[in-house]
Amino acid sequence: MTNDTLKSLQKRKKQILENWMQYQLADASLREDLMSNDELRLQSEELVDTILNTLNESNITQPDSMDFDPVFEILGGISISRARQGFTPRETAIYVFSLKDAIQDALQDELANDLPQLLDATLKVNKLIDSFGVVTFETFIKGREEVIFRQTSEIEEISTPVIRVWEGILALPIIGTLDSSRTQVVMENLLQEIVDTSSSIAILDISGVPAVDSLVAQHLIKTVSATRLMGAECIISGIRPEIAQTIVHLGIDLSNIITKATLASALKYAFALQQVEVRKIQKERKFL
Amino acid sequence: MEKIPILRMGQFLLVTIQVDLYDRLALNLESDLVQMVNKTGARGVLIDISAVSIVDSFMGRILGNIASMSKILDAETVVVGMQPAVAITLVELGLPLKGVYTALNVEKGMELLRSRIGPDHEELDDDDDGGIE
Repeated sequence: MTNDTLKSLQKRKKQILENWMQYQLADASLREDLMSNDELRLQSEELVDTILNTLNESNITQPDSMDFDPVFEILGGISISRARQGFTPRETAIYVFSLKDAIQDALQDELANDLPQLLDATLKVNKLIDSFGVVTFETFIKGREEVIFRQTSEIEEISTPVIRVWEGILALPIIGTLDSSRTQVVMENLLQEIVDTSSSIAILDISGVPAVDSLVAQHLIKTVSATRLMGAECIISGIRPEIAQTIVHLGIDLSNIITKATLASALKYAFALQQVEVRKIQKERKFL
Repeated sequence: MEKIPILRMGQFLLVTIQVDLYDRLALNLESDLVQMVNKTGARGVLIDISAVSIVDSFMGRILGNIASMSKILDAETVVVGMQPAVAITLVELGLPLKGVYTALNVEKGMELLRSRIGPDHEELDDDDDGGIE
């Protein structure tokens, strides 16, 4: 591709941009709810500008060259923001690859009489835009992964609240599957809270745990043992009938752990241990 | 040579470990404590490990040993003030310290010891003239 062709491409910038916008808007899956047309046009114009300005005869065959850093920067920014906004990979791919069609159209108009030149230019542009596509995707996926990672840590944080139900009694409702890393977090939080509040009873409520297998049971036993080592008693409550069945079928021995069916009965037991009595007040009927 | 003091409080022995236990020190503590139990006829041993932040399997075994030995000499052992990290480590090492009583702090440990050996003691009191409590 000669410099002449590149120059003429730069002259046809307006046309390329128009074509590109048309290709993008023609796609049925365009999401106008996520990004307005004006915004899209601005983004596209910036990218076309940068690409045409950095392109020259020598670097067109070297997509890795430093010259394209500004282009990659813009592409990266676009794809990360698209990932966060919730665009599908398909939409992002169409965005980049429709630029290829737009440039192609411009080249065809320009070099209609010179077929070997057209072929040469087409191949080079193809290659270049493909490498842009790869970069876009790398960043797109990275952006998505960041979102997932943030959500995971958020879930981990909110999923282990330690509640102080009574003087000296803590409750810890566990919701969701118990895996090793979560058990670790649960255990640490619980033990720290026991120290901070100097509570002597902890109730571990597993009504929100969908299934108990031998690994989960192992984690529960560990938590109970650690609590005992601290000098507090640990009660497991919220065991559903199906879970009781699986535990027995798996041959897990929970005989030296206090288990209760509901949080209410666990609390009752804890009150008994603490020598606290809860009773209804008999209202004395006074006739004034 | 460093030594961990063993304090006598009535019929209990109180040991506060305030340095990191290395093996030699732990072994000495074990033998000293057993000697003391024998000499004083203590009924309970209270070990405060609230200042211990590092624990290994050897230390876990020593604690278990002290408890078993005291038991033979008719004294109960209570370990108090274990740090969360220490508790997690011991569990991960597979040493849940069976046979050792635990309590959150010295106060609760004392209460536990009293309730453990209380009834026997009162019976003895009837024979003796005046008790400590």
